[in-house]
Amino acid sequence: MSLHIKMETNVHNQSARPKPPGRIKHYLTAVLILALIWGSSRQTDASFAELFTGMPNMMDLLKQMFPPRWSYFDNIVHGMLETIRMALIGTTIGTIVAIPVTLLCASNLAPSRWLYHLSRLLLNLVRTIPDLLLAAIFVSVFGLGPVPGILALTVFTVGLISKLTYELLETIDRGPIEALTAAGGNYIQRIVYGVVPQIQANFMSFVLYTFEINVRAAAVLGLVGAGGIGLYYEATLGFLEYDKTCVIILFTLAVVLLIDYAGTKLREKLL
Amino acid sequence: MNQVMITKPRKSPYRWLVYIALLAVYIWAFSGIPFTGIKETAGTVIQSIARGLFAPDWDYVYLPEGEDLLRGLLDTLAISVLGTVISALVSIPFAFWAATNINRFRPVSGTGKVTLSFVRTFPELVMALLFIKAVGPGSFAGVLALGLHSVGMLGKLYAEEIENIDRGPSEALLAAGANRLQLLWFAVLPQVLPGFLSISLLRFEINIRSATILGFIGAGGIGTPLIFALNTRHWDRVGIILLGIVIMITIIDLISGAVRKKLV
Repeated sequence: MSLHIKMETNVHNQSARPKPPGRIKHYLTAVLILALIWGSSRQTDASFAELFTGMPNMMDLLKQMFPPRWSYFDNIVHGMLETIRMALIGTTIGTIVAIPVTLLCASNLAPSRWLYHLSRLLLNLVRTIPDLLLAAIFVSVFGLGPVPGILALTVFTVGLISKLTYELLETIDRGPIEALTAAGGNYIQRIVYGVVPQIQANFMSFVLYTFEINVRAAAVLGLVGAGGIGLYYEATLGFLEYDKTCVIILFTLAVVLLIDYAGTKLREKLL
Repeated sequence: MNQVMITKPRKSPYRWLVYIALLAVYIWAFSGIPFTGIKETAGTVIQSIARGLFAPDWDYVYLPEGEDLLRGLLDTLAISVLGTVISALVSIPFAFWAATNINRFRPVSGTGKVTLSFVRTFPELVMALLFIKAVGPGSFAGVLALGLHSVGMLGKLYAEEIENIDRGPSEALLAAGANRLQLLWFAVLPQVLPGFLSISLLRFEINIRSATILGFIGAGGIGTPLIFALNTRHWDRVGIILLGIVIMITIIDLISGAVRKKLV
Protein backbone atom coordinates (compact mmCIF):
# COMPACT_ATOMS: atom_id res chain seq x y z
CA MET A 1 0.00 0.00 0.00
CA SER A 2 2.63 2.41 1.06
CA LEU A 3 4.64 1.54 -2.00
CA HIS A 4 1.66 2.33 -4.17
CA ILE A 5 1.27 5.77 -2.62
CA LYS A 6 4.95 6.46 -3.09
CA MET A 7 4.72 5.60 -6.76
CA GLU A 8 1.77 7.82 -7.18
CA THR A 9 3.52 10.81 -5.61
CA ASN A 10 6.43 10.09 -7.89
CA VAL A 11 4.23 10.25 -10.93
CA HIS A 12 2.69 13.38 -9.59
CA ASN A 13 6.12 14.94 -9.09
CA GLN A 14 7.08 14.16 -12.62
CA SER A 15 4.15 16.00 -14.10
CA ALA A 16 4.86 19.04 -11.87
CA ARG A 17 8.49 19.07 -12.89
CA PRO A 18 9.61 22.60 -13.84
CA LYS A 19 10.03 23.13 -17.51
CA PRO A 20 13.55 23.99 -18.61
CA PRO A 21 13.95 27.75 -18.93
CA GLY A 22 13.17 29.07 -22.37
CA ARG A 23 16.05 29.65 -24.70
CA ILE A 24 14.48 32.73 -26.30
CA LYS A 25 15.64 35.05 -23.52
CA HIS A 26 19.23 33.91 -23.88
CA TYR A 27 19.16 34.42 -27.63
CA LEU A 28 17.73 37.91 -27.21
CA THR A 29 20.42 38.79 -24.68
CA ALA A 30 23.10 37.49 -27.04
CA VAL A 31 21.67 39.53 -29.92
CA LEU A 32 21.51 42.64 -27.74
CA ILE A 33 25.13 42.24 -26.64
CA LEU A 34 26.31 41.60 -30.20
CA ALA A 35 24.42 44.68 -31.39
CA LEU A 36 26.06 46.73 -28.64
CA ILE A 37 29.51 45.46 -29.62
CA TRP A 38 28.87 46.09 -33.30
CA GLY A 39 27.56 49.60 -32.66
CA SER A 40 30.43 50.43 -30.35
CA SER A 41 33.07 49.24 -32.76
CA ARG A 42 31.48 51.33 -35.51
CA GLN A 43 31.43 54.36 -33.23
CA THR A 44 35.04 54.03 -32.11
CA ASP A 45 36.43 53.02 -35.53
CA ALA A 46 37.88 49.94 -33.94
CA SER A 47 39.92 47.96 -36.38
CA PHE A 48 42.16 45.20 -35.25
CA ALA A 49 43.98 45.40 -38.54
CA GLU A 50 45.10 48.83 -37.37
CA LEU A 51 46.24 47.33 -34.11
CA PHE A 52 48.35 44.77 -35.95
CA THR A 53 49.86 47.34 -38.28
CA GLY A 54 50.48 49.52 -35.23
CA MET A 55 52.11 46.69 -33.32
CA PRO A 56 55.61 47.26 -34.72
CA ASN A 57 55.32 50.92 -33.63
CA MET A 58 54.48 49.84 -30.15
CA MET A 59 57.24 47.26 -30.06
CA ASP A 60 59.59 49.96 -31.20
CA LEU A 61 58.37 52.15 -28.36
CA LEU A 62 58.88 49.38 -25.83
CA LYS A 63 62.35 48.76 -27.21
CA GLN A 64 63.19 52.43 -26.75
CA MET A 65 62.00 52.25 -23.16
CA PHE A 66 64.65 49.71 -22.29
CA PRO A 67 67.12 50.01 -20.77
CA PRO A 68 65.58 52.61 -18.46
CA ARG A 69 67.73 55.67 -17.85
CA TRP A 70 68.20 55.29 -14.10
CA SER A 71 69.97 58.64 -13.74
CA TYR A 72 66.57 60.31 -14.23
CA PHE A 73 65.48 58.82 -10.94
CA ASP A 74 66.95 61.75 -8.95
CA ASN A 75 64.71 64.21 -10.82
CA ILE A 76 61.46 62.44 -10.06
CA VAL A 77 61.93 61.55 -6.38
CA HIS A 78 60.57 64.96 -5.46
CA GLY A 79 57.51 64.41 -7.67
CA MET A 80 56.88 61.03 -6.11
CA LEU A 81 57.07 62.45 -2.58
CA GLU A 82 54.64 65.16 -3.62
CA THR A 83 52.29 62.47 -4.92
CA ILE A 84 52.34 60.69 -1.56
CA ARG A 85 51.86 63.98 0.30
CA MET A 86 48.86 64.84 -1.87
CA ALA A 87 47.28 61.44 -1.30
CA LEU A 88 47.87 61.68 2.45
CA ILE A 89 46.45 65.17 2.87
CA GLY A 90 43.55 64.53 0.51
CA THR A 91 42.61 61.33 2.33
CA THR A 92 42.85 62.99 5.74
CA ILE A 93 40.76 66.06 4.96
CA GLY A 94 38.31 63.95 3.00
CA THR A 95 37.90 61.55 5.92
CA ILE A 96 37.21 64.38 8.35
CA VAL A 97 34.60 65.87 6.03
CA ALA A 98 33.10 62.43 5.39
CA ILE A 99 32.23 61.81 9.05
CA PRO A 100 29.28 64.26 9.28
CA VAL A 101 28.27 63.48 5.69
CA THR A 102 28.01 59.77 6.37
CA LEU A 103 25.83 60.38 9.44
CA LEU A 104 23.45 62.40 7.30
CA CYS A 105 23.36 59.66 4.68
CA ALA A 106 22.68 56.68 6.97
CA SER A 107 18.94 56.02 7.02
CA ASN A 108 18.97 54.87 10.67
CA LEU A 109 20.97 57.80 12.07
CA ALA A 110 20.03 60.79 9.94
CA PRO A 111 18.59 63.60 12.10
CA SER A 112 15.86 64.38 9.58
CA ARG A 113 14.24 62.73 6.59
CA TRP A 114 14.64 65.47 4.02
CA LEU A 115 18.25 66.12 5.02
CA TYR A 116 18.87 62.41 4.46
CA HIS A 117 17.35 62.42 0.97
CA LEU A 118 19.14 65.63 0.03
CA SER A 119 22.56 64.43 1.18
CA ARG A 120 22.11 61.04 -0.50
CA LEU A 121 21.27 62.75 -3.78
CA LEU A 122 24.23 65.14 -3.54
CA LEU A 123 26.60 62.32 -2.62
CA ASN A 124 25.45 60.23 -5.57
CA LEU A 125 25.97 63.17 -7.92
CA VAL A 126 29.44 63.86 -6.56
CA ARG A 127 30.35 60.20 -6.92
CA THR A 128 29.60 60.23 -10.64
CA ILE A 129 32.41 62.71 -11.36
CA PRO A 130 35.79 61.00 -11.88
CA ASP A 131 38.72 62.31 -9.81
CA LEU A 132 40.74 63.42 -12.81
CA LEU A 133 37.81 65.47 -14.06
CA LEU A 134 37.54 67.15 -10.67
CA ALA A 135 41.26 67.84 -10.80
CA ALA A 136 40.96 69.41 -14.26
CA ILE A 137 38.21 71.72 -13.01
CA PHE A 138 40.12 72.65 -9.86
CA VAL A 139 43.24 73.35 -11.94
CA SER A 140 41.34 75.85 -14.01
CA VAL A 141 40.05 77.48 -10.82
CA PHE A 142 43.14 77.52 -8.62
CA GLY A 143 45.95 77.27 -11.14
CA LEU A 144 48.63 74.61 -11.59
CA GLY A 145 50.13 72.83 -8.59
CA PRO A 146 49.35 70.25 -5.96
CA VAL A 147 46.53 72.20 -4.26
CA PRO A 148 43.87 71.46 -6.92
CA GLY A 149 45.01 67.83 -6.84
CA ILE A 150 44.51 67.69 -3.08
CA LEU A 151 41.06 69.22 -3.44
CA ALA A 152 40.08 66.70 -6.11
CA LEU A 153 41.28 63.82 -3.93
CA THR A 154 39.42 65.30 -0.95
CA VAL A 155 36.12 65.38 -2.84
CA PHE A 156 36.71 61.89 -4.18
CA THR A 157 37.55 60.62 -0.66
CA VAL A 158 34.39 62.14 0.80
CA GLY A 159 32.35 60.33 -1.84
CA LEU A 160 33.99 56.95 -1.37
CA ILE A 161 34.31 56.88 2.43
CA SER A 162 30.81 58.23 2.99
CA LYS A 163 29.34 55.58 0.72
CA LEU A 164 31.23 52.69 2.31
CA THR A 165 30.53 53.94 5.84
CA TYR A 166 26.82 54.65 5.51
CA GLU A 167 26.31 51.16 4.13
CA LEU A 168 28.11 49.84 7.20
CA LEU A 169 26.21 52.15 9.56
CA GLU A 170 22.90 50.83 8.30
CA THR A 171 23.83 47.33 9.47
CA ILE A 172 24.94 48.19 13.02
CA ASP A 173 23.33 46.84 16.17
CA ARG A 174 20.67 49.23 17.49
CA GLY A 175 20.98 47.93 21.06
CA PRO A 176 23.69 50.27 22.38
CA ILE A 177 22.00 53.29 20.80
CA GLU A 178 18.65 52.43 22.38
CA ALA A 179 20.32 51.87 25.75
CA LEU A 180 22.00 55.26 25.52
CA THR A 181 18.72 56.90 24.51
CA ALA A 182 16.99 55.27 27.48
CA ALA A 183 19.75 56.52 29.77
CA GLY A 184 19.21 60.03 28.47
CA GLY A 185 22.16 60.35 26.07
CA ASN A 186 21.95 63.12 23.50
CA TYR A 187 22.66 62.75 19.77
CA ILE A 188 26.43 63.30 20.08
CA GLN A 189 26.72 60.91 23.02
CA ARG A 190 24.75 58.26 21.19
CA ILE A 191 27.08 58.53 18.21
CA VAL A 192 30.30 58.61 20.23
CA TYR A 193 29.46 55.78 22.66
CA GLY A 194 26.88 53.78 20.70
CA VAL A 195 28.03 53.93 17.08
CA VAL A 196 31.75 54.69 16.93
CA PRO A 197 32.93 51.60 18.86
CA GLN A 198 30.96 49.39 16.47
CA ILE A 199 32.45 50.71 13.27
CA GLN A 200 35.91 51.90 14.36
CA ALA A 201 37.95 49.05 12.91
CA ASN A 202 36.06 48.90 9.64
CA PHE A 203 36.22 52.64 9.25
CA MET A 204 40.01 52.65 9.65
CA SER A 205 40.18 49.90 7.08
CA PHE A 206 38.13 52.02 4.64
CA VAL A 207 40.47 54.95 5.22
CA LEU A 208 43.52 52.85 4.44
CA TYR A 209 41.83 51.41 1.37
CA THR A 210 40.95 54.92 0.16
CA PHE A 211 44.52 56.00 0.75
CA GLU A 212 45.73 53.18 -1.50
CA ILE A 213 43.31 54.28 -4.24
CA ASN A 214 44.32 57.91 -3.78
CA VAL A 215 48.01 57.14 -4.24
CA ARG A 216 47.19 55.53 -7.59
CA ALA A 217 44.99 58.46 -8.54
CA ALA A 218 47.55 61.06 -7.42
CA ALA A 219 50.15 59.42 -9.64
CA VAL A 220 48.22 60.45 -12.76
CA LEU A 221 46.69 63.74 -11.59
CA GLY A 222 49.78 65.52 -12.90
CA LEU A 223 48.62 64.81 -16.44
CA VAL A 224 46.11 67.63 -16.06
CA GLY A 225 48.58 69.82 -14.17
CA ALA A 226 47.49 68.98 -10.64
CA GLY A 227 50.91 68.16 -9.21
CA GLY A 228 52.72 64.96 -8.41
CA ILE A 229 54.69 62.56 -10.54
CA GLY A 230 52.18 62.69 -13.40
CA LEU A 231 53.65 66.02 -14.51
CA TYR A 232 56.75 64.20 -15.69
CA TYR A 233 54.94 61.94 -18.14
CA GLU A 234 54.21 64.75 -20.50
CA ALA A 235 57.66 66.24 -20.07
CA THR A 236 59.37 63.00 -21.07
CA LEU A 237 56.88 61.74 -23.66
CA GLY A 238 56.85 65.13 -25.34
CA PHE A 239 60.58 64.98 -25.91
CA LEU A 240 60.37 61.31 -26.96
CA GLU A 241 62.59 60.31 -24.06
CA TYR A 242 60.93 56.96 -23.51
CA ASP A 243 63.76 55.59 -21.41
CA LYS A 244 62.96 58.29 -18.85
CA THR A 245 59.23 57.52 -19.06
CA CYS A 246 60.09 53.95 -18.25
CA VAL A 247 61.82 55.04 -15.04
CA ILE A 248 58.70 56.98 -14.02
CA ILE A 249 56.44 54.01 -14.72
CA LEU A 250 58.64 51.54 -12.86
CA PHE A 251 59.06 53.86 -9.88
CA THR A 252 55.31 54.47 -9.68
CA LEU A 253 54.61 50.74 -9.90
CA ALA A 254 57.09 50.02 -7.12
CA VAL A 255 55.69 52.67 -4.78
CA VAL A 256 52.06 51.74 -5.47
CA LEU A 257 52.73 48.03 -4.93
CA LEU A 258 54.60 48.79 -1.70
CA ILE A 259 51.82 50.99 -0.32
CA ASP A 260 49.20 48.45 -1.39
CA TYR A 261 51.10 45.69 0.36
CA ALA A 262 51.53 47.71 3.56
CA GLY A 263 47.87 48.77 3.45
CA THR A 264 46.62 45.22 2.95
CA LYS A 265 48.75 43.93 5.85
CA LEU A 266 47.53 46.72 8.15
CA ARG A 267 43.92 46.13 7.15
CA GLU A 268 44.27 42.42 7.85
CA LYS A 269 45.52 43.27 11.34
CA LEU A 270 42.66 45.70 11.94
CA LEU A 271 39.79 43.35 11.12
CA MET B 1 26.07 37.60 44.95
CA ASN B 2 28.44 36.94 42.17
CA GLN B 3 29.51 40.22 40.71
CA VAL B 4 31.26 40.24 37.39
CA MET B 5 33.91 42.85 37.08
CA ILE B 6 34.32 44.31 33.62
CA THR B 7 37.84 45.48 33.07
CA LYS B 8 38.73 47.99 30.42
CA PRO B 9 41.04 46.56 27.77
CA ARG B 10 44.56 47.75 28.41
CA LYS B 11 45.92 50.22 25.96
CA SER B 12 49.20 49.46 24.29
CA PRO B 13 52.10 51.32 25.89
CA TYR B 14 53.51 51.95 22.43
CA ARG B 15 50.52 53.94 21.24
CA TRP B 16 52.26 57.25 21.93
CA LEU B 17 55.01 56.25 19.55
CA VAL B 18 52.40 55.65 16.86
CA TYR B 19 50.80 59.03 17.53
CA ILE B 20 54.16 60.81 17.37
CA ALA B 21 55.04 59.01 14.15
CA LEU B 22 51.69 59.99 12.63
CA LEU B 23 52.19 63.59 13.69
CA ALA B 24 55.65 63.61 12.12
CA VAL B 25 54.23 62.20 8.87
CA TYR B 26 51.58 64.92 8.77
CA ILE B 27 54.07 67.69 9.49
CA TRP B 28 56.21 66.30 6.68
CA ALA B 29 53.22 66.15 4.34
CA PHE B 30 51.87 69.63 5.02
CA SER B 31 55.27 71.31 4.99
CA GLY B 32 55.92 70.13 1.45
CA ILE B 33 52.82 71.62 -0.16
CA PRO B 34 52.99 75.23 -1.29
CA PHE B 35 49.60 76.51 -0.21
CA THR B 36 50.48 80.02 -1.34
CA GLY B 37 50.26 79.42 -5.07
CA ILE B 38 46.51 79.91 -5.30
CA LYS B 39 45.45 82.38 -7.94
CA GLU B 40 43.74 85.55 -6.77
CA THR B 41 41.23 85.10 -9.56
CA ALA B 42 39.88 81.88 -8.00
CA GLY B 43 36.82 83.65 -6.62
CA THR B 44 35.75 85.14 -9.93
CA VAL B 45 36.46 81.87 -11.74
CA ILE B 46 34.27 79.97 -9.29
CA GLN B 47 31.54 82.53 -9.89
CA SER B 48 31.74 82.13 -13.64
CA ILE B 49 31.77 78.32 -13.31
CA ALA B 50 28.67 78.47 -11.14
CA ARG B 51 27.04 80.77 -13.68
CA GLY B 52 28.04 78.38 -16.48
CA LEU B 53 26.67 75.39 -14.57
CA PHE B 54 23.33 77.09 -14.03
CA ALA B 55 23.11 78.49 -17.54
CA PRO B 56 24.57 75.72 -19.68
CA ASP B 57 25.13 76.09 -23.39
CA TRP B 58 22.07 74.11 -24.50
CA ASP B 59 22.87 74.62 -28.20
CA TYR B 60 25.86 72.35 -27.77
CA VAL B 61 23.69 69.31 -27.03
CA TYR B 62 23.08 68.71 -30.70
CA LEU B 63 24.94 70.31 -33.58
CA PRO B 64 24.05 69.09 -37.07
CA GLU B 65 27.67 69.15 -38.28
CA GLY B 66 28.92 66.88 -35.49
CA GLU B 67 31.33 67.26 -32.57
CA ASP B 68 28.49 67.89 -30.12
CA LEU B 69 27.61 66.63 -26.67
CA LEU B 70 25.47 63.68 -27.70
CA ARG B 71 28.05 62.35 -30.10
CA GLY B 72 30.77 62.82 -27.48
CA LEU B 73 28.77 60.91 -24.90
CA LEU B 74 27.96 58.19 -27.43
CA ASP B 75 31.67 57.91 -28.18
CA THR B 76 32.43 57.60 -24.46
CA LEU B 77 29.75 54.95 -24.07
CA ALA B 78 31.08 53.01 -27.05
CA ILE B 79 34.65 53.14 -25.71
CA SER B 80 33.59 51.70 -22.37
CA VAL B 81 31.32 49.03 -23.89
CA LEU B 82 34.00 47.78 -26.23
CA GLY B 83 36.76 48.10 -23.63
CA THR B 84 34.72 46.10 -21.12
CA VAL B 85 33.85 43.40 -23.66
CA ILE B 86 37.49 43.00 -24.70
CA SER B 87 38.69 42.81 -21.12
CA ALA B 88 35.88 40.45 -20.13
CA LEU B 89 37.02 38.02 -22.83
CA VAL B 90 40.75 38.43 -22.25
CA SER B 91 40.33 38.03 -18.49
CA ILE B 92 38.82 34.54 -18.69
CA PRO B 93 42.06 32.64 -19.48
CA PHE B 94 43.94 34.82 -16.97
CA ALA B 95 41.38 33.98 -14.28
CA PHE B 96 41.75 30.24 -14.89
CA TRP B 97 45.51 30.71 -14.78
CA ALA B 98 45.33 32.50 -11.42
CA ALA B 99 42.64 30.37 -9.71
CA THR B 100 44.17 28.18 -7.03
CA ASN B 101 41.59 25.39 -7.36
CA ILE B 102 42.18 25.00 -11.10
CA ASN B 103 45.95 25.11 -10.89
CA ARG B 104 46.89 23.06 -7.87
CA PHE B 105 50.57 23.73 -8.51
CA ARG B 106 51.09 26.89 -6.43
CA PRO B 107 53.75 28.65 -8.54
CA VAL B 108 51.41 28.59 -11.57
CA SER B 109 48.48 30.32 -9.88
CA GLY B 110 50.93 32.52 -7.98
CA THR B 111 52.51 33.91 -11.14
CA GLY B 112 49.02 34.45 -12.53
CA LYS B 113 48.08 36.52 -9.50
CA VAL B 114 51.29 38.58 -9.68
CA THR B 115 50.77 39.25 -13.40
CA LEU B 116 47.23 40.46 -12.73
CA SER B 117 48.27 42.77 -9.92
CA PHE B 118 51.02 44.17 -12.14
CA VAL B 119 48.47 44.95 -14.88
CA ARG B 120 46.17 46.45 -12.26
CA THR B 121 48.72 48.94 -10.96
CA PHE B 122 49.60 50.18 -14.42
CA PRO B 123 47.46 53.35 -14.76
CA GLU B 124 45.03 53.29 -17.68
CA LEU B 125 45.98 56.81 -18.70
CA VAL B 126 49.60 55.76 -19.13
CA MET B 127 48.43 52.75 -21.12
CA ALA B 128 46.36 55.09 -23.26
CA LEU B 129 49.46 57.24 -23.85
CA LEU B 130 51.33 54.16 -25.07
CA PHE B 131 48.47 52.95 -27.28
CA ILE B 132 48.15 56.40 -28.80
CA LYS B 133 51.74 56.00 -29.97
CA ALA B 134 50.79 52.67 -31.54
CA VAL B 135 47.42 53.27 -33.20
CA GLY B 136 47.31 57.05 -33.24
CA PRO B 137 45.06 59.35 -31.19
CA GLY B 138 41.37 58.51 -31.16
CA SER B 139 38.76 56.34 -29.56
CA PHE B 140 40.43 53.07 -30.48
CA ALA B 141 43.46 53.86 -28.32
CA GLY B 142 41.05 54.46 -25.44
CA VAL B 143 39.30 51.15 -26.09
CA LEU B 144 42.60 49.27 -26.00
CA ALA B 145 43.76 51.05 -22.85
CA LEU B 146 40.54 50.27 -20.99
CA GLY B 147 40.50 46.74 -22.37
CA LEU B 148 44.00 45.99 -21.14
CA HIS B 149 43.84 47.83 -17.81
CA SER B 150 40.53 46.22 -16.77
CA VAL B 151 42.03 42.75 -17.18
CA GLY B 152 43.94 43.29 -13.94
CA MET B 153 40.85 43.80 -11.82
CA LEU B 154 38.47 41.55 -13.76
CA GLY B 155 40.94 38.66 -13.81
CA LYS B 156 41.37 38.88 -10.05
CA LEU B 157 37.63 38.99 -9.34
CA TYR B 158 36.90 36.23 -11.89
CA ALA B 159 39.56 34.06 -10.27
CA GLU B 160 37.93 34.57 -6.86
CA GLU B 161 34.60 33.59 -8.41
CA ILE B 162 36.16 30.39 -9.78
CA GLU B 163 37.74 29.63 -6.41
CA ASN B 164 34.34 29.81 -4.74
CA ILE B 165 32.54 27.23 -6.90
CA ASP B 166 30.86 24.16 -5.52
CA ARG B 167 32.96 21.05 -6.16
CA GLY B 168 29.93 18.74 -6.34
CA PRO B 169 29.04 19.09 -10.03
CA SER B 170 32.64 18.65 -11.21
CA GLU B 171 33.09 15.56 -9.03
CA ALA B 172 29.85 14.08 -10.34
CA LEU B 173 30.92 14.68 -13.92
CA LEU B 174 34.37 13.29 -13.21
CA ALA B 175 32.79 10.16 -11.74
CA ALA B 176 30.66 9.81 -14.87
CA GLY B 177 33.83 9.87 -16.98
CA ALA B 178 33.87 13.42 -18.34
CA ASN B 179 37.07 14.86 -19.70
CA ARG B 180 38.55 18.21 -18.68
CA LEU B 181 36.82 20.21 -21.37
CA GLN B 182 33.42 18.73 -20.50
CA LEU B 183 34.08 19.50 -16.83
CA LEU B 184 34.77 23.09 -17.72
CA TRP B 185 31.75 23.44 -19.98
CA PHE B 186 29.10 21.65 -17.90
CA ALA B 187 30.28 22.10 -14.30
CA VAL B 188 32.45 25.19 -13.99
CA LEU B 189 31.07 27.65 -16.55
CA PRO B 190 27.37 27.45 -15.55
CA GLN B 191 28.38 28.22 -11.97
CA VAL B 192 30.65 31.17 -12.68
CA LEU B 193 28.88 32.79 -15.62
CA PRO B 194 26.33 34.90 -13.64
CA GLY B 195 29.14 36.09 -11.37
CA PHE B 196 31.34 36.93 -14.35
CA LEU B 197 28.55 38.97 -15.93
CA SER B 198 27.83 40.82 -12.70
CA ILE B 199 31.52 41.66 -12.18
CA SER B 200 31.83 42.82 -15.78
CA LEU B 201 28.85 45.13 -15.37
CA LEU B 202 30.43 46.61 -12.25
CA ARG B 203 33.61 47.14 -14.22
CA PHE B 204 31.57 48.76 -16.99
CA GLU B 205 30.36 51.33 -14.47
CA ILE B 206 33.97 52.07 -13.55
CA ASN B 207 35.08 52.11 -17.17
CA ILE B 208 32.52 54.67 -18.22
CA ARG B 209 33.95 57.03 -15.60
CA SER B 210 37.45 56.39 -16.93
CA ALA B 211 36.30 56.84 -20.51
CA THR B 212 35.13 60.37 -19.76
CA ILE B 213 38.67 61.40 -18.88
CA LEU B 214 40.56 59.47 -21.56
CA GLY B 215 39.87 62.34 -23.92
CA PHE B 216 42.11 64.63 -21.83
CA ILE B 217 45.12 62.98 -23.41
CA GLY B 218 43.54 62.44 -26.83
CA ALA B 219 42.10 58.94 -26.48
CA GLY B 220 38.60 59.82 -27.64
CA GLY B 221 35.29 60.49 -25.96
CA ILE B 222 33.76 63.49 -24.26
CA GLY B 223 37.00 64.36 -22.44
CA THR B 224 38.50 66.08 -25.49
CA PRO B 225 35.81 68.79 -25.88
CA LEU B 226 35.71 69.13 -22.09
CA ILE B 227 39.42 69.85 -21.65
CA PHE B 228 39.22 72.17 -24.64
CA ALA B 229 36.32 74.08 -23.08
CA LEU B 230 38.16 74.23 -19.75
CA ASN B 231 41.32 75.58 -21.34
CA THR B 232 39.47 78.19 -23.37
CA ARG B 233 37.26 79.07 -20.35
CA HIS B 234 33.94 78.41 -22.04
CA TRP B 235 32.21 77.81 -18.71
CA ASP B 236 28.73 77.42 -20.18
CA ARG B 237 30.07 74.63 -22.36
CA VAL B 238 31.86 73.05 -19.39
CA GLY B 239 28.54 73.22 -17.57
CA ILE B 240 26.58 71.37 -20.24
CA ILE B 241 29.27 68.71 -20.65
CA LEU B 242 29.43 68.09 -16.90
CA LEU B 243 25.66 67.89 -16.80
CA GLY B 244 25.71 65.39 -19.66
CA ILE B 245 28.36 63.24 -17.96
CA VAL B 246 26.54 63.22 -14.62
CA ILE B 247 23.22 62.31 -16.24
CA MET B 248 24.74 59.60 -18.42
CA ILE B 249 26.64 57.97 -15.55
CA THR B 250 23.61 58.12 -13.25
CA ILE B 251 21.44 56.39 -15.86
CA ILE B 252 24.07 53.75 -16.56
CA ASP B 253 24.50 53.09 -12.84
CA LEU B 254 20.76 52.65 -12.41
CA ILE B 255 20.43 50.23 -15.34
CA SER B 256 23.51 48.26 -14.45
CA GLY B 257 22.52 48.08 -10.79
CA ALA B 258 19.09 46.73 -11.70
CA VAL B 259 20.56 44.10 -14.03
CA ARG B 260 23.12 43.05 -11.44
CA LYS B 261 20.43 42.61 -8.82
CA LYS B 262 18.63 40.24 -11.20
CA LEU B 263 21.80 38.29 -11.96
CA VAL B 264 22.88 37.33 -8.45
